[in-house]
This record gives sequence, C-alpha cells and structure tokens, in this order.
Amino acid sequence: MADYHALAPELILAGTALAVLIADLFLPKSMRRIGAAIGLAGLTATALPLITLALDGATRSMFSGSYVVDGFALALKGFFVLVGYVILLMSVNYLESDRYYQGEYYFLLLSSLLGGLVMASSRDLLTIFVGLELVSAPAFLLAGWRKADSRSNEAALKFFIFGVLSAAVLLYGMSLIYGTVGSILFSEIRADSAALIDEPAFVVGVVLMMVGFGFKVAAVPFHFWAPDTYEGSPTPVTAYLSVGSKAAGFVGMLLITYLALGEAREIWGPLTWALSAVSLVVGNLVALRQENIVRMLAYSSIAHAGFMLAPFGVAGVVAGRDLDEAFRATVIYLLLYGLMNLGAFAVVIAGAQRTGTGSISGWAGLGSYDPRLGVLLTVFFFSLAGIPPLSGWFAKFIMFRGILSGSSSPWAIVLAALAAATAVIALFYYAKVVKSVWMDPVPDSAPTDDRRTRPLAPALGLALGLTALGTVVLNSAPTGCRFRRCLQVRLRGLARALNG
Amino acid sequence: MDWFDNGWGLSLAVLAPLVGALLLLVVPRGNENAVKMIGLGFAGVSALAAIAAAVRFDYGRAADLQLGTSLNWISAVNARYHVGIDGISLPLLVLSTVVTLLGVVYSWNHWPEPHNPKGFLVLMLVLATGMAGTFVAQDLILFFIFFELVLLPMYFMIGIWGDRNQVKIPGFSRTVESRLYASIKFFLFTLFGSAFMLLGFLALYFRGGRTFDIPELISQGQAGAFTGTFAFLVFGALFLGFAVKVPMWPFHTWLPDAHTAAPTVGSVLLAAIMLKLGSYGFIRIALPILPEEARRWAPAIAILAAIAIIYGSLACLAQTDLKRLIAFSSVGHMGFVMLGISTLTPEGINAAVIGMVAHGVITGMLFFLAGSMQHRYHTREIARLGGNQKLIPILGGLLAFTAMASLGLPGLAGFWGEFMAVLGSYSPLEGLSLTVFRSTMVAGAIGTVLTAGYLLWMIQRVNLGEPKPEWTGQHFHDVDRTEMLAWAPLLVAILAIGIFPKIVFGASDGAVNALVRNAFGG
Repeated sequence: MADYHALAPELILAGTALAVLIADLFLPKSMRRIGAAIGLAGLTATALPLITLALDGATRSMFSGSYVVDGFALALKGFFVLVGYVILLMSVNYLESDRYYQGEYYFLLLSSLLGGLVMASSRDLLTIFVGLELVSAPAFLLAGWRKADSRSNEAALKFFIFGVLSAAVLLYGMSLIYGTVGSILFSEIRADSAALIDEPAFVVGVVLMMVGFGFKVAAVPFHFWAPDTYEGSPTPVTAYLSVGSKAAGFVGMLLITYLALGEAREIWGPLTWALSAVSLVVGNLVALRQENIVRMLAYSSIAHAGFMLAPFGVAGVVAGRDLDEAFRATVIYLLLYGLMNLGAFAVVIAGAQRTGTGSISGWAGLGSYDPRLGVLLTVFFFSLAGIPPLSGWFAKFIMFRGILSGSSSPWAIVLAALAAATAVIALFYYAKVVKSVWMDPVPDSAPTDDRRTRPLAPALGLALGLTALGTVVLNSAPTGCRFRRCLQVRLRGLARALNG
Repeated sequence: MDWFDNGWGLSLAVLAPLVGALLLLVVPRGNENAVKMIGLGFAGVSALAAIAAAVRFDYGRAADLQLGTSLNWISAVNARYHVGIDGISLPLLVLSTVVTLLGVVYSWNHWPEPHNPKGFLVLMLVLATGMAGTFVAQDLILFFIFFELVLLPMYFMIGIWGDRNQVKIPGFSRTVESRLYASIKFFLFTLFGSAFMLLGFLALYFRGGRTFDIPELISQGQAGAFTGTFAFLVFGALFLGFAVKVPMWPFHTWLPDAHTAAPTVGSVLLAAIMLKLGSYGFIRIALPILPEEARRWAPAIAILAAIAIIYGSLACLAQTDLKRLIAFSSVGHMGFVMLGISTLTPEGINAAVIGMVAHGVITGMLFFLAGSMQHRYHTREIARLGGNQKLIPILGGLLAFTAMASLGLPGLAGFWGEFMAVLGSYSPLEGLSLTVFRSTMVAGAIGTVLTAGYLLWMIQRVNLGEPKPEWTGQHFHDVDRTEMLAWAPLLVAILAIGIFPKIVFGASDGAVNALVRNAFGG
C-alpha cells in the first residue's frame, strides 16, 4: 500500500509539470509566462507536504524498502524545490527576451526536478537509475534551447553523448553488482558486500559506477564535456546543470557509496580520493586561464566537485562517527554550494544584460554604474572562494572538518593540505572578476544605451535576493544555527543507517 | 554596570562598527555629512567601550580573562561566542579601537581618490570589527572569522583607493597599477597562511576532544595533550598563518607593496594594528597551547627575527620612497617583537607586547605624516622633499619627533620594546641554545644601530637642507585642525608610554608572567 502522504511531493510536482504543458496548448502567445506562474505555484504546493512530512519526522519506507522518505531525503527534496524556484525566477525574463519556447521549457525543467525528488528517496539501483535519467534527459534538451545558436547545439550534443555514455557505464556497473549480489536493494547489497570485496566482477562493477557518477558530477578526468556545455547552454540552464544536475549526481553517489557500498569503502575510497585530488588541481588551475565568466564558473564548478568529493576520499580509512561526519560534510557543502552558485549565475545573467558581454574584461567598471549588482557579485564570488564570514567559508570549514576527523591518516592530511592550497589558488580567479568590476575603468567598447540603468526584471531581482540572503545568513546568524541543527537532526536518522 | 562586565561591553566595542557599517549601507551616498557622522559615531562608541573596559579591568588579576562571556554559537561544531580579555589583549584592544577612530577623524577632509566616503567608511568599520574581535576572541573559530574578516575590506581599500603608479611584476614583462598588484598579493599571501592555520585549528579540535575553546585547549596543552609529530605539524600550520601576517622574513614580501600602495588610512591601520594580529596569535594561541613545540621552534623563530631586523634595516637604507621606507621599517620592528616572543621569557614577551603597542602608535603616526606630506607635495620621493622643515615647520617637527621615537630613543615609546627584546635574548628560557640567542642579540643590537642610521638619514634628506628649487614660490599650509585632532592622542601616547611604560606593563606583566609560568615553568 503506497503512502500517499509520503508520495505527495512527487505527485504534485508531476501534476504541475503536466498542467504547465496542457496550459501552454490553450494559452495565447502573449500569456505564455503563465507557465512559469503555474510552475512556481506548483513548487510551493510541493513544498507543503515536505514541511508536514518533516514535522511528522517519521521515516517512511515503501515498496519493500526501495523508496524511503527520511530526513536526508526531505532535506534534499527541499533543496531541489528551492533550486527549481530560483531557476524558474531566473528563466522568466531570459526566455521572453528572445523567441524561445516557453511552456515546453517549464515542463522539461519541472520533470527534471521531479527526477531529483525521486532520487533523494530511492534506495535501490533501479529507482536511482530511473531518477537520474529523469534528471538528465530533459536537461539534454534544455541545453540546446537556443536552437539558432550553433554553440548551443554543440552544448546539447556533447552533453547528450557524454550523458548517454555515462548512463551506459553506470548501468553496466549496476548490472555487474546485481549479478554478484543478486539484489538491487541497497540494504541487501550492503549486507553482502563485505564478503564480495575480493570478487573481481563486483570490484569492476563498483569502479564502473564511480566512473559513471564521475561524468555526472563533472569530476576530472570525466569533466571535458562541462565547459563547452556550460558556455553554450542558455544561462539559466547552465545554472541548473551546475547545481541541480550536479546535486543529483552527488545524491546518487552518496546513497550508493555510503548506503549500498558502505562495507566496500576500500574500493571506492581511494578512487574518490584520486578523483577529488585531480579535480581540485585541474579545475582550479584551468579556471585561472579563463577569460569568459561562464567558462570560469564551469571550471570553478569542476573544482567544487573536487571539494565535495574530498570527504568521500577519506571514507576508506575512517569508521563510525567520523564516517558520519564525512557524509554530512559533503551534504552540507552541496547545499551551500548550490545556493551561492545559483546566485553567481543570477548575477551573470544580470551582468550580461548590463554589459552585453560575457568576457570578464568587458565587465570592467560594472560596480561604478550598478553598485548593487557589484556588491551582490562580490558576495557570491567571495563566498565561492570561501572567504569568511560568507556561507561558502562554512561549507569549506565543514569539508575540512570532514576530511580531518580521522586525522591520523596521512591520506587525509595530504588531501586537506591540497584542498587548502587549491582554495587559495581559487581566490585568484574569483578576485579577478571582482577586481574587474570594482577596480578597472569602464572599457570604451561598453554599450552606452540605457542598458546600464534599466531596472532589473523583478523575478531576477527576487532570485538574486533569495540567494544572497541565504549566502549571507546561513553561516553565523542564529537562523543559520537553527538551519544547521535542523539539518543535523534530519541527518541523524541516516547516520544510524550508516553505522547500523 | 553589570551588563558591561558580562560580555556586552566587549561585544559593544567589537560589534558597534559592524552595526555602523550596515547602517551606512542604507544611507544615500550623496549625504556625505550623515555618512561621516555615522562613521565617527560608531567608531567612537567602539573606542569608548574599549576605554571603559580598560577602566573596569581588574589589574590585580590581569592573568584571568575578564569582562567576558561564553554563549552557544554554532552548536553543530561546538564553536562558541566566547570573548574575554586579559592583560595581553587589553592594550591591543584599546590600541585598535582608538587608532580606527583616529583614522576616521583624519579622513574627515583627506579622502583619497576616487572620493566615495561612504564606501571607504563601510570598509573601515568592517575592518574595525575584525581587528577588535581578534583581540577579544577566546574561541578558535571566532578568532579565525575575525582574523579573516579584515581581508576583504583591506583588499578593496588598497585596490580601489590605492596608488596608481605602474609597477613591473617580477617575472612578467607587463606592468600593472601598483594598487591592483599589491591588493591581490596581500590577499593571496594572507589567505595562504590562514588556510593552513585553519587546518591546524581543526587538528587541535579533534585531538582536544572536539572543542575550539582557547582556555580549554591551553589547559590541555599544558597538561601535555599535544606532542610528537602531530604537535610539530600543528605548530607549523599555525606558524605559517601567523608568520605571514606579522610578517616574518621570508614571508614579508607582501608588506612593502601593500603598505606603499594603500591609501594613508589603510597604511595606518595595516601597520598599526593588522600586523599585530599575527604576533598576538603567537602569544595567545601558539605558545600556550603547544609549549613543547614553542621550545623546539623558538631558535628558528629567533633566527628569522634576527634576519628580519637586519634585512629590514638594510632595505630601508636603499629606499627612495618615503612611504616604502616606513613600510620596510615595519619588517625590522616586527622582527624585534618576534625576537622578544622567541625568548619565551617574561621580559621577552613583555617586550613584544609593549613593542606591538609602541609600533602601533609610532608607525601609525609615521604613515599619517607621510600621507599628509604626499597630500601637500604630491610626491613621496625622498630626493625631492629636502628642506621640509623650512616649508612646513610643524609637520617637519612632528616627523623628526616620531622618527626619534621609532629609532628607539630612550624616553619615547619605541625604546622599551627594542631594549627589552635585546635584553631578553641575552638570557632566553632555560634549555634554549645560548649560542643562537646571543648571536641574535648581537644581530638585534646591530639592528638598533642600523635603524637609527636609516631614520636619521631619512630626516636629514627630508627635513634638513634647503628646499628644492621646484617648490620656490609655492605655499604649503601647515598642520590643520583635523590632522592635529587625529594625531594628538598618538603623540601623547608616544611620550606617555616612553616615560611611563607601566601604562602597558601594568596590564601585560601579570598575564605574561602567568603565561610563561604555566607554559614553560620559567
């Protein structure tokens, strides 16, 4: 018997997606933005059962343990809903500024979010694969939304080919694990995995799954699709790819590694250590050379994947409470990164409207004619760089804490030192944008029309405000404490599962 | 006054400027008077609160943390809002809040280009919170956040209001404006150090039973909880963070660039207060928590300090730019502070504390003077400034007076720090190599001579002689009222500390003695 209270968020979101598509058929062209309004209302409606479920607090398990609603799932579902909100707000005026299809866009975006909601609850290999593909498939289309632009076509094609390749690799890995264990349920894989560590087919299966997820989260050396795709896609879609789609990859990775393969940590631990180290170095160093702001953010998001993978990297050598801390470190980093990266992309959209360019040098002097946008940009970019007291610092702090909780291991110390050194390198490229905006003179080529003073679209302003508030407040203010305490309680249930 | 003693007083001193900064954000940029009054008001509240704390402070038990509180803050990581001051923090807290206030006063009609007092004051007030907060924080995370809070405002202060001369970047063929080069160099160097410092803090947190509380970690450290390779690595991480901030040779290269490129008030705050965050970190955190490692590292610190003293003085002799000369003199003076700390004796650490305060008022004053001279002459080139005494007599006199204080003339503030640091290194803590410390003593003594040399030579070239022909017929106004208002407290402090060093020792001595007794048994 299905628990409709527990499934309500998914059902409402699916209904909303369909409603948007149907409404689009009957609406005149001039009223197409109503699709966004329906989407926002639907996301709000989706959030309500999430809140009631969180207040209820009970862990609900359905379909013989394949689908579980617990603290972790609710926190991530809430995150996906929030991401959807911000992306919709960012998209409205972007879509209207040119001849884009609107209804279909919102439909695909909401479907992709639905995939994220499904993933957060899935506790078997098949459900998680379906969820992940539900996230990815609409995103392939969204990446090519600027259909007259050849770079957007390239973006979509690259994303599609690598997406399908990674899905194939992932599925092959899953089939090997199913073949050796004989079950797709995480709990049963966990029970058997300790005995299977020396089984070559099992090991290959785990490795292939990690490779598949490596593509999804754009970790080096499986990252090469990301910069071109990010640059070519419409900017709101890029924001979604770098936050929503990446988060989906990490959710899948967290669930499979810690829940299903928690006893096989010596296989995936060293692998993620290497992925993390290489992503940190390559992502941060290549980002230094970027002249285009979106490409720079693409490499920065590769580097952040490295930071998020770092606590995984030490999981092979820790146990018990330290393992719990490593897990939590990645989740908290993911949530805070998502918020500030969305904000950074909202700034990129607004800034591109102001300056008419995406090149960092073209943004020179932005602070002199739009100081408010300049301040927001400073907040988001320095938060990404991890400068206290912004929330990006708290994310990095928790990440370091996750790495060092089993501090006796030299692996942990080396990775922490590497993360610290590359975090300093990262400051340089974030500061480069800030320097350009505040300290360089306005270039001669800058547009002189009313673009600079035209008020920003209210929806975009709201997106900026929401993310900025989160980035500033979720670190040391009392509300931040409450958020963290709440998250801690929510994660406790999962921690028990990890150690149980 | 119960509320004041229960932590609110210190919180007021620390957080008032931040509140002022937030308030300023909503004041329109055009309303310059309101902007200035708000800046002055909140910096004033902060300074008054710090002075009130100095009045309420119980000097009889200067070793204890006073006027503090400890509140739940980030429960998830057991970080607490734990503040409090002892005899070592108190003089530095007063110094930082008062110098910030004087900086606001001086700014009143000395806005660097591009104008925009609102932005400048917002940054200055945030800076004030970071600096004052570092001196009262008794929790490692709180300390770290305040320690890092100064980076952003100073980065913007140098980068936006800084010097526009073109400089050539070593190793590259292109040139860039010095404000841009200096600001990012400052930011990267400091962040590099503090990134590792944070790792050190985390290591202490895990080994110390998951607490960031400084007094708690100190008592654990003195019970011998942190030893071996672990302690060695942690001390190394903390050393990196603090040594970059001080800055110790060879991490000093950001300093001359940053101090020279910063606008006047920025240089003053950098020199007078921000350098002390590093040396204060050594005294407050590194030494008492890791006493065994402090012994092991002490000779290395002493040697680096001696190199800094000699190197800083020699570099000063080669400078042609007045502001850069003062900047390099900080390397030498902070060398004396670090030399004092490295002896691990009460004399040495007392010397460091008074040296920090004295360097704060003296070098702060020198940067004010250099800024005012540039304001009048539009150049800082020593070769063009000759005969200043004839053109601007009062300013020239103040420059001579402050330079005398800086070179350690007995009776003025600079004397005690240098003298006692050299004295302390004659007999360092028992067990430390006498050869090393006596050699550093000799180096320090030579350094005092060199210091006197470059400062006297600077006075001779800038103040004495006949004015250059290019200035004939030009009228220079002498020290004006806001300048006098901003400088008088510093001049009084230079004289007062010189004649009556108990102003500082009265607070610091008890705390330093207790620190050395508990940590090193000396």
